[in-house]
Amino acid sequence: MGEEGLIVARKVAKRYGRKRVLNSVDLVVPQGEVMALLGANGAGKSTLMRIISGLTQPDRGEVLLGGVSTRRAGHEIRRYIGLVAHAPLLYDNLSGWDNLLFFARLYDLQRPAERVEAVLHAVDLWPRRHDVVRSYSRGMTQRLAIGRAILHDPPVLLLDEPDTGLDPASAETLAHLIRTLGASSRAILLTTHNLERAVLWADSITLLAEGKIAQSAPAARLTAETVRGWMAEI
Amino acid sequence: MAEQRAEQRAEQRAAEGLAAHPATMRAGGGGSAYFAKVGAIFAKDMRAEVRGREVFSTMTSFSVLAVLIFGLAFDLRVPRSEMIAPGVLWVVVLFAGVLGLNRSFGAEVDRGTLSALLLAPVDRSAIYFGKVLANLFFTLATTLVILAVMFFIFDVNLFHPYNLLAVLLGGIGYVGVGTLFAALTANNRARESMLPILLLPVMVPVFVAGVGLTAAIVDGKNFAELSQWFNLLAVFDAIFVVVAFLLFDLIWEDA
Repeated sequence: MGEEGLIVARKVAKRYGRKRVLNSVDLVVPQGEVMALLGANGAGKSTLMRIISGLTQPDRGEVLLGGVSTRRAGHEIRRYIGLVAHAPLLYDNLSGWDNLLFFARLYDLQRPAERVEAVLHAVDLWPRRHDVVRSYSRGMTQRLAIGRAILHDPPVLLLDEPDTGLDPASAETLAHLIRTLGASSRAILLTTHNLERAVLWADSITLLAEGKIAQSAPAARLTAETVRGWMAEI
Repeated sequence: MAEQRAEQRAEQRAAEGLAAHPATMRAGGGGSAYFAKVGAIFAKDMRAEVRGREVFSTMTSFSVLAVLIFGLAFDLRVPRSEMIAPGVLWVVVLFAGVLGLNRSFGAEVDRGTLSALLLAPVDRSAIYFGKVLANLFFTLATTLVILAVMFFIFDVNLFHPYNLLAVLLGGIGYVGVGTLFAALTANNRARESMLPILLLPVMVPVFVAGVGLTAAIVDGKNFAELSQWFNLLAVFDAIFVVVAFLLFDLIWEDA
């Protein structure tokens, strides 16, 4: 793995038609760090997440995961990425168990059933494992989406607004998971509109505005009010 | 007792946490890993169909209605149903197939699960072949239903082994190309109309060969006389499945 950072974005730029969404973004998330990427709607957070995950290609610049360029690497690099996106990326007509077992097979996990069982316990969905996902509440679906993202224990975890629509209990489960996962040898990049949670959950805060990095600082030095002030300035 | 043991085991797993059951991915794995992933995608589509009944029931309902309508339409003017049965069979198979193919990737886009498939460390061609297998299963199963309904409506037995071989070969070519085009149009808002407009012209050789074969079988011709049509279908299948396999990766460059 690379020494400078597990996630490295170098001069990443992306346009959709005439709109410039990302403009030469440089970003480094070291191993063991949780970085919160903040910004208003349309700031380019989700586009940057999709580019880092490899789902979207940048027009310019490159993304390195563990020192390997995602553009040049084959499909094997996707083993190192876990993504929680706006959509849960789950089959709503399958049960929670069937969903995770399917993805465990796609990721070629050894003893998939044991791992699925452990993940379902971790996201507190074991009692509802045989229910179809469309019968789950928003919070339960989001917890299962997080379970899918961590199923293969990826060193790079991308959480795009994972707390949206969560009830307090689910948010607490998520906070516990982020603390547990962030303490190990992985890099977590998360976006959220909840500044209090960002300051609480993350080790560093980066503010994205109009497709550029506007501010960046360790979370320990910041309060939600300070970040709110940054956003108001922009 | 068994329930108690299961509960105890579940409690133990919960207490152990994630660290006790680390995710270990097999490295490489070659052909067996590749085919396991193709099988996983096929099995997932089958399971989703059993739970959701979205594809097969739509295809068979449409097919039964279409055969009934053709039966009513031609009943008054055609002296022998053998004259129109080959055409009816292949027209209904092609149109019913479009319904299934549209859902193949359309459902993944609608549910937002396409990104999850593309995020997995899977060669894109494994996704293609998993989908081809599922679509082929639905198309062939629907064709069997069509043949059964045609037996009652047109009083023609098309369950001849050569005709079943023709349906299999035609189905492989149709689904091979159709799955590629379904992936191409999946993100298009007008995919329901785009897919048949793109697909049906390419399917002309399959349609002509299929109708020719079924008509010749109904007329009682021997295998030697049928071989040119079988060859045409086999060559079409080989060319287009290879082309689709090679092109499939490019579709998802920027998913």
